[in-house]
Amino acid sequence: MAGKTLYDKLWDAHLVKQRGDGSALIYIDRHILHEVTSPQAFEGLRIAGRKPWRLDMNVATPDHNISTDSVERAAGVDGIPDETSRIQVKTLDDNCEYFGIREFGMNEMGQGIVHVMGPELGASLPGMTVVCGDSHTATHGAFACLAHGIGTSEVEHVLATQCLVTKKMKNMLIVVDGVLGNGVTPKDVVLAIIGEIGTAGGTGCAIEFAGQVFRDMSIEGRMTVCNMAIEAGARVGMVAVDDQTIEYFEGRKFAPTGEVWDQAVAYWETLQSDTDAVFDTVVALKGEDILPQVTWGTSPEMVLPVTGVIPRSEDETDPAKKQGIEQALRYMGLKGGTPITEIPVDRVFIGSCTNSRIEDMRAAAKVAKGRKVSGSVKQVLVVPGSQMVKAQAEAEGLDKIFIEAGMDWREPGCSMCLAMNADKLGSGEHCASTSNRNFEGRQGNGGRTHLVSPAMAAAAAIAGHIIDVRTFDETYVGESA
Amino acid sequence: MKAFTVHKGLVAGIDRANVDTDMIIPKQFLKSIKRSGFGPNLFDELRYLDEGKPGQDCSDRPLNKDFILNQPRYKGASVLLTRDNFGCGSSREHAPWAMEDYGFRAVIGPSFADIFFNNCFKIGLLPVVLKGSIVDRLFSEVEENEGYELTVDLPRQVVVTPSGEEFLFDVDEFGKGCLLEGLDEIGLTLNDLDTIRAYEAAREKDTPWLFGAIK
Ligand code: SF4
Repeated sequence: MAGKTLYDKLWDAHLVKQRGDGSALIYIDRHILHEVTSPQAFEGLRIAGRKPWRLDMNVATPDHNISTDSVERAAGVDGIPDETSRIQVKTLDDNCEYFGIREFGMNEMGQGIVHVMGPELGASLPGMTVVCGDSHTATHGAFACLAHGIGTSEVEHVLATQCLVTKKMKNMLIVVDGVLGNGVTPKDVVLAIIGEIGTAGGTGCAIEFAGQVFRDMSIEGRMTVCNMAIEAGARVGMVAVDDQTIEYFEGRKFAPTGEVWDQAVAYWETLQSDTDAVFDTVVALKGEDILPQVTWGTSPEMVLPVTGVIPRSEDETDPAKKQGIEQALRYMGLKGGTPITEIPVDRVFIGSCTNSRIEDMRAAAKVAKGRKVSGSVKQVLVVPGSQMVKAQAEAEGLDKIFIEAGMDWREPGCSMCLAMNADKLGSGEHCASTSNRNFEGRQGNGGRTHLVSPAMAAAAAIAGHIIDVRTFDETYVGESA
Repeated sequence: MKAFTVHKGLVAGIDRANVDTDMIIPKQFLKSIKRSGFGPNLFDELRYLDEGKPGQDCSDRPLNKDFILNQPRYKGASVLLTRDNFGCGSSREHAPWAMEDYGFRAVIGPSFADIFFNNCFKIGLLPVVLKGSIVDRLFSEVEENEGYELTVDLPRQVVVTPSGEEFLFDVDEFGKGCLLEGLDEIGLTLNDLDTIRAYEAAREKDTPWLFGAIK
């Protein structure tokens, strides 16, 4: 019999009941809640007179709707200018209080974007099933969690039953061997993967990322990669446990200690695919072939190395693809045949659950240090992913570097990733963004998003257009993952 | 959700086909953070003369006196009689939420839009499909007799008129079971309560660090 994949192991460990119709009940270890997708679920509990099954498995924080402006933020929840947003945040506070769920309030240490705060608090730990009413929950797979997004009725279901009704997915392995060149980051790796397999490439699959590049990559970098598994169509992305994983969690707020820690580590060390495990699909890339990536279109798969040239629809023979290119170029206001480095930049966003951790802040600061934002750039938002990232960055003086360069240093939240608050693009504006979705209107009506790494975003802010961070300045030596 | 077994209630008829979910609950009310409280805005545009806003008190809004639910004789109706393709359009679960919140327990018509039909079962509202000719007859009986009530008997799958006439209807076994017991998916999962508890107890032994950490 073939061995088990990491996904198989996690599935088996959490299977409560396999039902006759192919569906299964799996046990959920950790549930993370935020203000947007939880209100109706809590309401459902109240109407049905139910209580959360276990209080010690839920953790909540507001992130999507909150202001990142320090003055508005200082005014607390009442300082949120938009009424619907304010009500949603208040509702989360009220629900958490009513049901007794641990919440990290808007200005409390520990608050942050759900997928940044979970791991840094040790609220999500290796080997757990982690769910959240948010599609980027795959982030937590970076340390061998079975983690994925769920809908509002499922949020209620998990609160009430501690289980999720689901079906087993297929196994997909993405191997990236070799080493990354200077200036090539985890974001570039995941964008290159999406460019290779497409936005539906992982549909119906749990992806495991393996190979030398991931072994060499930091845990935060692995989070960036797993975060965007959903952009490759997969609800789940994960990386096996190694020494780095275990080190990462030692001493975290909710991580075990003492004897229980040793017991946990012994279990976590088993969280790898067996050498004879069989995957339904295997994709291989070489680390050396990956260059800094930039999206030029309106889907994450419309991505090219920074050295590339925007595609011409005339060169495409497939009629559907041709139409897709034409439509994207029209929306983006770009001409086929233009070098990627000639794309102008009006605003820059450094943040989101993809790239707002301390390593991302450091990578951006390294580029920004001693430089000034180009006069043609209207705004550069640097939004740390959590209160803890913010505090750490300030302790390292990164905030000063950003401010001196002419960038805005903000309060933690989702911000311009989805533009639910005031942080938005104007119509027609191009943005070098470290977020995860370049869909039409995602960062504001008519806004044009170019997904890049934090270092590339900072470089674009300085140059005023997309630029290859590796040639940006002779003195710049890029981060290699 | 509320169990549905046998319900006897006052009938009101909305005599138009293709009533869409936007008509049932207009989009501005979807901003709500609630799943309840949509009742006052059920059929908002048909029911009131002014434009409804979310969060507004509806009690002193100008009523459209002609709209069926505003007529005194239909006050307290809990069975809605409708025409073809009721509930078409957007998939919003807010539509059945609004009907249920208003006080409807069953909706009878010749055909329903798919998603709406399914959504009803999740929240304890029973959609009943009867032949067009029967629905025609019911419409005239409702019109002619003030205080006209129908009995919807789910266990026997019949609609019973005041004169004792019975009309059979179909319902799928799974949906019927959920409604009879008042089980939503959560309720169904909770049927396996002991299995979940047993799993949990074993897990707590094997992985104690996953329990009690977050306080
Ligand atoms: S940062 Fe963006 S993608 Fe991540 S949780 Fe917030 S809105 Fe969603």
